[in-house]
Amino acid sequence: MKQNLQKLLKTANTLRQDVIKISYNGNIGHIGSALSIVDILTGLYFASARLYPRKPHHPNRDRIILSKGHACAALYSALYRKGFFPKSTLNTYHQNNTLLAGHPEIHIPGVDASSGSLGHGLSIASGMALAGKIQQKKYRCFAILSDGECDEGSVWEAALVAAHQKLTNLIAIIDYNKLQAFGRTNQVVNLEPFPQKWQSFGWRVKVIDGHNLSQIVTALNSCLSKNKPTAIICQTVLGKGVSFMENKLEWHYLNPTKDQFNQAIQELKASL
Amino acid sequence: MRQAFVRTIEKLAEKDKRLVLLTADLGFTVFENFRRKFPDRFFNVGVAESNMVGMAAGMALSGLIPVAYSIATFASMRPFEFIRNDVCFQNANVKIVGVGGGLGYGSAGFSHTNYEDLSLLRPLPNLTILSPVDPVETEILTRLAIKHTGPVYLRLGKVGEPAIHLKKPKISLGKGLVFKPGKQIAVFSTGSITANVMKAVKILQTRRLDPTVIIMPTIKPLDKALIKKIAGTHPYIFSVEEHSIIGGLGSAIAEALSELNSKVNFKRIGINDSYYKTVGNQDFLRHRYGLMPDQIAVVVKQSSIV
Repeated sequence: MKQNLQKLLKTANTLRQDVIKISYNGNIGHIGSALSIVDILTGLYFASARLYPRKPHHPNRDRIILSKGHACAALYSALYRKGFFPKSTLNTYHQNNTLLAGHPEIHIPGVDASSGSLGHGLSIASGMALAGKIQQKKYRCFAILSDGECDEGSVWEAALVAAHQKLTNLIAIIDYNKLQAFGRTNQVVNLEPFPQKWQSFGWRVKVIDGHNLSQIVTALNSCLSKNKPTAIICQTVLGKGVSFMENKLEWHYLNPTKDQFNQAIQELKASL
Repeated sequence: MRQAFVRTIEKLAEKDKRLVLLTADLGFTVFENFRRKFPDRFFNVGVAESNMVGMAAGMALSGLIPVAYSIATFASMRPFEFIRNDVCFQNANVKIVGVGGGLGYGSAGFSHTNYEDLSLLRPLPNLTILSPVDPVETEILTRLAIKHTGPVYLRLGKVGEPAIHLKKPKISLGKGLVFKPGKQIAVFSTGSITANVMKAVKILQTRRLDPTVIIMPTIKPLDKALIKKIAGTHPYIFSVEEHSIIGGLGSAIAEALSELNSKVNFKRIGINDSYYKTVGNQDFLRHRYGLMPDQIAVVVKQSSIV
């Protein structure tokens, strides 16, 4: 496990560098949101989910929906590093005529559902989970949500139904970095008591450090309950891994200058 | 139409295990039998239409054929963005069924009437839009909807629609149907209002006019070839629909005609662009909007110089 953990740490660092590079080259923001979920995606794609990169539509694959689609730079890096598409595709991120839009779409190998408009992913993942139960398939369905996304009513529509239908194969992963588009979550629309909300909706809830790979992998690998869907609330930091981006609202939007780009890459390389 | 729909869905579900039915808490006295026969394929997902459509998309992307059912306004407008992003863009094999399209729920008030669904849904690529005239056509279109791979919106009436088809018509997706041949004047119609169109034709026949009646079971894709053919032989063309004159069948035909460089005279008959404070039953409202047989006949007569 220790050796694996080292490997995962290195993967996470690589994904972070990818995020900075492709966002810088694509001249697009949402870097902070992407860095916030890098460790979650590392645990999911490189230590937990059953995936078939050469057969992206394999019927037994675990389904992963990045419902907070704006953090797609991290997803694209994970898919590339997992072998779903070549580096030449990754490098087209946010360029003209690319498959890799600023929010992920279903036509990308490894993407199970399009997102971008918040509040859709948990519904779609619920449908996939219910279909899995009907068809007696063993796959799991993961939906990665942002905290701000939980302002959307449809998230709670899905939460109610998923618990009622006992979708034990459904896992909501919530990136709780406490910063949404125009402010802190507790100042925009307070979500607290957040774990209790999910619990009261009938979900099994785990609250973990969303940057601790050991905790992430443990949570992901023990997420199947007997009769409830699972919510993993990940305490995270927007912009995690780059000192000047951490916990700064503006890095929801900004694209780095050349100096900032160099500094970010240097910091990440040094932290390996 | 509701009963014809559910009877057909039950028959199809017996043969095809992929078929699952989702309802946003509607279907009292309609779905009990389906629920009894297929308890593992019936899901009342509660009064939450957006989630229902999102779930249906997820189920379709996992190989099932979900039918998502509600009153037409709640099935189309409340979850519109879910239909757009999750169903149509992803070409998910979801069948959305709206009951009471038009003025069927008229006395229930404005919230339950529905005459904007076609305007909203027509711009969505991949979507097939179907609108049966009667129970016979409902059965045929329900079968075609399930057989077709891709998103479908099925706009149903409610209850008690009179039979238009006395024998089983030949209908295929994307094709209109010359229901009653005539000359000089052509009336395109869709949905249960077609019963009033046929009565209007009888009135017109007493005044020595003999319109052709074309039924359009498919609103999208539009049968442009048939419109072109009709425009070549009929100088006066009308559309009648229980829908806003903005964006529905009439608009679709107007778009097609305008690109034909045709010199026909065309008039849309439908729900005009206004709100009212008082309500009434379906016929009361049809009268208000000029959709009763005598009113249709007057407009057709006055607008045609034959």
